[in-house]
Amino acid sequence: MIKTIAAGLAAALAITSVASAAAISGAGATFPAPIYNKWAETYKAKTNNQLNYQAIGSGGGIKQIEANTVDFGASDKPLQPADLEKNGLVQFPTVIGGVVPVVNLPGYKPGQIRITGRVLADIYLGLIKKWNDPVLQSWNPGVRLPNLPITVVHRSDGSGTTFLFTSYLSMVDPKWQAGPGASDAVNWPVGQGGKGNDGVAAFVRQTVGSIGYVEYFYAKQSNLTYLTMQNRAGRWLEPTAPAFAAGAAGADWTKAPGFYLLLLNQPSPTAWPITGATFILMHTRQTNPQAGKEVLTFYDWAYKNGDAEASQLDYVPLPASVKALVRKLVWPKIDGPNGKPVYP
Amino acid sequence: MSDTARTVAGRAFTVADTHPGRRISPRGSAFDYAFQALCFAAATALLASLGGVLISLAIGGWPVLSKFGFGFLTGKTWDPVRDIYGAAGPIVDTIITSLLALMLSLPIAGGVAFFLTELCPSFLRRPIGTAVELLAGIPSIVYGMWGLFVFAPVFAAKIEIPLMGMAPPGSIWETLLSGIPNGSGILSASIILAIMILPFMAATLRELLNTVPPQVRESAYGLGATTAEVVMKVTLPYVRRGAVGAVMLGLGRALGETMAVTFIIGNSHDFPKGLFDSGATIASTIANEFNEASGLQASALIALGLVLFVLTFLVLALARLLLRNPEG
Repeated sequence: MIKTIAAGLAAALAITSVASAAAISGAGATFPAPIYNKWAETYKAKTNNQLNYQAIGSGGGIKQIEANTVDFGASDKPLQPADLEKNGLVQFPTVIGGVVPVVNLPGYKPGQIRITGRVLADIYLGLIKKWNDPVLQSWNPGVRLPNLPITVVHRSDGSGTTFLFTSYLSMVDPKWQAGPGASDAVNWPVGQGGKGNDGVAAFVRQTVGSIGYVEYFYAKQSNLTYLTMQNRAGRWLEPTAPAFAAGAAGADWTKAPGFYLLLLNQPSPTAWPITGATFILMHTRQTNPQAGKEVLTFYDWAYKNGDAEASQLDYVPLPASVKALVRKLVWPKIDGPNGKPVYP
Repeated sequence: MSDTARTVAGRAFTVADTHPGRRISPRGSAFDYAFQALCFAAATALLASLGGVLISLAIGGWPVLSKFGFGFLTGKTWDPVRDIYGAAGPIVDTIITSLLALMLSLPIAGGVAFFLTELCPSFLRRPIGTAVELLAGIPSIVYGMWGLFVFAPVFAAKIEIPLMGMAPPGSIWETLLSGIPNGSGILSASIILAIMILPFMAATLRELLNTVPPQVRESAYGLGATTAEVVMKVTLPYVRRGAVGAVMLGLGRALGETMAVTFIIGNSHDFPKGLFDSGATIASTIANEFNEASGLQASALIALGLVLFVLTFLVLALARLLLRNPEG
């Protein structure tokens, strides 16, 4: 009796494992999870192939792909070439995002107040304490800024958003680089921390005179008052989808070893200064070439057909030039056990 | 009656005598052994997993504990970029918020329990009791969201800003009430915590008060005691030991509460200057940073977990100590 059950169970298990062979799994960053899941849904409707993505955070995604428990990992920050080399990984970008400073100043329109990277750093260092500070006022000649204390709001959880924001501040301000520095989580000199984009937005909404930073798609969907920023070329820009795309298109990906490229502070005159891409991590030597091929088939499909859905969810699609480079430079490096590329 | 007893005893004796070396087992004894074994296994599994948790926390936290030693407990800097970790801020904030929460919720929990057992008309007893138990079932993330989006704006407008305006400049009140008046901070977190631990304490206290024999209570009333006197002098002393246990359960929950606090406390690792200032508890720090942490930072977070473990253990030990000297 028990033997029969065991045999039946084994048979059932065998069947499920065969049936799920087409399913590919990934884990990592929370920022691109909505678009990966949307793409997976459409892809399944078209091809009947399943992709499971678990949004466990970039750190978790890196750990999982290093341990080879998933077919691909996802991270909001690129891995250093040395780390890629050490773990036998390659990376490629999928969609673009970025960070937008937002404020709560009643009576001021979105984009009406201008800010530079250095002023932003001084505010987050606690050196500029009032909105009508002479330095801030000098960048806003046509606007009378209020005599209000500035309340600084930052992310409390470790996040790719904070990594981009603090990396940018480190680039433009030596004081910031020598002080808090750049990471997923830093030792903030001033201010209070909200959990997630929601938490930051809630504190900003509830505090007159506050400043915070959120993901672009979140700023767009939540109607917060964003600031106009000066980019590296000296132009004043509002955070718009083309400004983020310009940050990615203007970057020289061919000169970035391992595609390690932060899109921050790009020289292009139309590029938003705090731009970043989110990345997929894969092993160069696939132990299961079929799964590797499925993953690349999926992202090739998403590159070709996924831009409209990405824009609907307020992500910025990759420029065609970058997609072509990924196809040419990254994907051929992903081999099966026989040393031949798994895709196409 | 005594005849029957003697006969039964005699019969048993005879049976045992005719089959020496063979024990008589009552019917169903096999099940009883299994039951005992299962209970023993459950208890030892609990102990073993507790030990396992302690050991793995110690191993995971060792890199940080060995690097910073006692400085991990006293250091005020928490800098993931330079890998400097001092947990004094989160430890102090955890203790402050938990004690404040206890102070806020204990009188209310006591009031609910006394009302339900002494004063409540019997038709109301069941609905109120059920409502208290339902409160205990609300997930903590809901309290966090409610705290951030509903409670905080009202608290800021109605309590924080008026109070800050009333504080005389230069006085201790001004320091105590300093902070960012947007409804987040130490006091807000304590109030949310108080609401969260209230149902536990109220339900446990009510059960305890129900264990007071009606004769005791009725005798006190019969001697002419008022309700307040009965509660203070008769029923409360009767359940004193259990009541301390209930309070400690509440405190234990407050110490370890994570999500709700993370949303509302403001998450700053510095020492809070006032009641409305931002802070960070041990649990909120772990919840915030563990996802993306690696290396020494992950170790520091695990070491924080160990500190919380020890803190909770100390609270329970203190409760035991209080119970051991009833006169003290």
